[in-house]
Amino acid sequence: MDKNQFKGWLYLLPAIAFLGVFMVYPLIDVFIYSFEEGYNSASQTYFGVGLYNYSYVLHDPYFLQAIKNTLILVLITVPVSTALALLISLGLSSIKPLRELFQTVYFLPYVTNTLAVGMVFMILFKKTPYTDGLANLILGWLGQSPIDFIEGPYAAKMLVLCIYTIWVVMPFKILVLTSALASVNDDYYNAARIDGTSRFRIFYKITLPMISPMLFYLVITGFIGAFKAYSDAVAIFGVNLNAAEMNTIVGYIYDMLYGDSGGYPSYASAAAIVLFVIVLTITCINLLIRKRYVYHK
Amino acid sequence: MKVVLQNLTKTFPARGKKGEVVTAVNDFSFEIPDGELIGLLGPSGCGKSTTLNLICGLLKPSGGKIFFGEDDVTDLPPEHRGVGLVFQNYALYPHLTVMQNILFPLENLRGKNKLPKDEMRKRARAAADLVQIGELLERRPSELSGGQQQRVAIARALVKMPRVLLLDEPLSNLDARLRLQTREEIRRIQKETGITTVFVTHDQDEAMSISDRIVVMKDGVVQQIGKPQEVYDDPVNLFVAKFLGTPPINVFDGTVHNGRLMIGQDAVLDVKSVRDGDVYVAIRPEGFVPDEGGRLHCALQGVEVMGRDISILARHDAMQNPVVRAIVDADHSSALRVTDTSVSFSLKPHKVFLFDKASETRIPFETV
Amino acid sequence: MNRNAYQRIEKNARVRNVIFKITVYFLLALWALIVLFPFYWMVLTSVKGYGAYNSEYIPQFITLKPTFENYVDAFTAVPLAKYFVNTIIFTVSTTALMLVVIVPAAFAFARLDFKGKNLVFTVFLALMMIPSELVVITNFVTVTNLNMRNTFLGLILPSVTSVFYIYLLKENFEQIPSELYYAAKVDGTTDFKYLWKVALPICGPTVVTVTILKVIECWNSYVWPRLVTDDPAYFLVSNGIQEIRENGFGRENIPAMMAAVVVISVPLIVLFLVFRKKIMAGVARGGMKG
Repeated sequence: MDKNQFKGWLYLLPAIAFLGVFMVYPLIDVFIYSFEEGYNSASQTYFGVGLYNYSYVLHDPYFLQAIKNTLILVLITVPVSTALALLISLGLSSIKPLRELFQTVYFLPYVTNTLAVGMVFMILFKKTPYTDGLANLILGWLGQSPIDFIEGPYAAKMLVLCIYTIWVVMPFKILVLTSALASVNDDYYNAARIDGTSRFRIFYKITLPMISPMLFYLVITGFIGAFKAYSDAVAIFGVNLNAAEMNTIVGYIYDMLYGDSGGYPSYASAAAIVLFVIVLTITCINLLIRKRYVYHK
Repeated sequence: MKVVLQNLTKTFPARGKKGEVVTAVNDFSFEIPDGELIGLLGPSGCGKSTTLNLICGLLKPSGGKIFFGEDDVTDLPPEHRGVGLVFQNYALYPHLTVMQNILFPLENLRGKNKLPKDEMRKRARAAADLVQIGELLERRPSELSGGQQQRVAIARALVKMPRVLLLDEPLSNLDARLRLQTREEIRRIQKETGITTVFVTHDQDEAMSISDRIVVMKDGVVQQIGKPQEVYDDPVNLFVAKFLGTPPINVFDGTVHNGRLMIGQDAVLDVKSVRDGDVYVAIRPEGFVPDEGGRLHCALQGVEVMGRDISILARHDAMQNPVVRAIVDADHSSALRVTDTSVSFSLKPHKVFLFDKASETRIPFETV
Repeated sequence: MNRNAYQRIEKNARVRNVIFKITVYFLLALWALIVLFPFYWMVLTSVKGYGAYNSEYIPQFITLKPTFENYVDAFTAVPLAKYFVNTIIFTVSTTALMLVVIVPAAFAFARLDFKGKNLVFTVFLALMMIPSELVVITNFVTVTNLNMRNTFLGLILPSVTSVFYIYLLKENFEQIPSELYYAAKVDGTTDFKYLWKVALPICGPTVVTVTILKVIECWNSYVWPRLVTDDPAYFLVSNGIQEIRENGFGRENIPAMMAAVVVISVPLIVLFLVFRKKIMAGVARGGMKG
């Protein structure tokens, strides 16, 4: 190997070492774990190889609850946040004064600590013996009786989780869509205006097709992100998500690995691979749809 | 449809803290006769595109009025003006086919103006045929050449039968050969449809060759309006004289003294009714006649043969251009010998213009 | 068309435009309110006295007697300062180490020629698609086996690399005209010196962006620190805040909890306000590239 060859690898060595140890090896290992039955992390022994871990996980009511929660979360937050972000970005791109101020404000949630602000949401919605909380105060104005959003009915808890998740993911979506909208040449809009195109038609016939690649990108990343929801739920409902009926798939994985119910890396691995397969399937479906509907340059 | 611009003014607010208010168009008045092709001509930043945007309504004037026929359209939103606009970059919708692009303006029509589908397609096809792209209707803009895209853009502007057609630097994105071809095409289409057309360009050749009338602008102010040949033969100021014509006009420092026009030491013409003083002397390249007895004496720098014409390059102490360029009939080449180091010209008086040194406005003169 | 018809159209257009603008501003302001309100509430609650807060059956939107005792509590009753220091150590070391790892890698991909480069790069790109949940399990086991739980090494090492930032930087290195590189070569400059003296200064803005994004990521990281630390001496702010919620102050001292929340949120908000343009451009670019 001549000197230049050697140098290239030398420059790459740290990156390869880190990725090898903390990404490639674990990636292979997680599949092995998931097939090792009765793995004991203390003695590092196992009884046999097979699909038992998958079967266990898929029959675990906590996992099924987690899948249900995650699916509901995904199906509500992805469309709602994407549509809302599109609406806000359209609004932003149609004004000039105050635009930068709004953009800055809208981005704030991106740089805040999910755990910390989640706690604020918890307080806003929580009903305690001392106070019904702010959310209930507003419900009261509307003539509703107070609800305990944090420890009360399932739908109420899910609602809070969805609201918080949307609040957290909006900055990224607004930012991406605003830049996508800004990249559409003004001449298209001017041409359309001169031809007497209505606002709605401009949006539907010009804006939407032009930004459709970005929109699809957001939907895909939105799906992936929402499937991996976890810390939002912890922030609002605390670490014992199973007890709160609010666990997510990722939460289930971590609980299996560690914590009060932990110590089962095999179950965790099986659950992680199930998650991976779900995400992969959804992404593939998305890509197929994208091929049919998105305009390419 | 005649278009009347009345004291049209457009200012843009100051940008940043130290910026000044920019006056893009200043007190522009002009009546465009029905069915004419008008070339708005000027260097970049002279306000010609702003004027176009004012006419089509994308910008609102700060002062003055715009009439289409007898209608005051000054405050009318663009969609109600019935104008067609062709953009410099064409602004064809990339996700729509050529047919869909051309149909787009028709599909916008609502209420009593709404057309049945068949009628829309018929009109779109007619517009496409007019610009000769009938066989490209199912393609997308990215599959077309620049010239074809240009035609689609024109078809899209024409399909709704606009009262006024506006073209913003329509040829600047085309290569030289295509540019010649397309400008003839624009002329033909304009003649066929008879639509009043305003056409913005920085290329004087382009404007001169196809316009019924040209408007020369500089710094937001109209310098001169007239038929191309008239403006060329009779420029009102030094800017217009310099801006029109290729190769450019030759400018010299000169003086008028006792009825004699002096360029440097050379008394080139006898002029009547001109006050004594310093002037600019501008001579069109075709205004020089090589003549052993001529009164303008230049150092010969070279001769370029261009077929029918030859171009004599010379130097003179009083010249303002980097070089003096005279275009003469090839027959005169015999008068020049390669070994010559100097050349003398006599001048065609109607190709010589005098301009005031301070105001750069034209000083009329008569030769004796 | 007559004059009146025109005036009607003009007026309609104006009215419609005004209504449209008002609606847009109203909606935008509404969303701004929704975004800002939790921040307001967190600051507001943090300056309410413990007694005052608990006696408000109906939450009050302002307080007339602000107090800073909650901030004192936040630093004295729970080891918030310790969490803070831990987070700073974690963030600085991780980010620094990341730069040491990714800059040469990005440079090698962008500039150096060697066999197998394209293959390695493809593998790197593929790794970008792998969700961290898949690898966290083994990493947890690895770190446990190496007895690195409750150590900074255990916290930092698995968080160092980021394939995406390598990719971002590589793209930027490639935008430097190759003439510069060859000119440097002709002058006898070593690759390392070129990287240090030419490439890095030119790509400074991207390096800064990557650094800031990594700092944000580190400051907010929760999952991995939670897995490998159960000793509060090694808690980062995210885990600390969770710990405070479960065990600190007694569960009902919400104002003190909010004071802690304010304290850990402020550094990033300040960082954001200072580097607003860079951060937003960086995130947007990340979005564009996918």
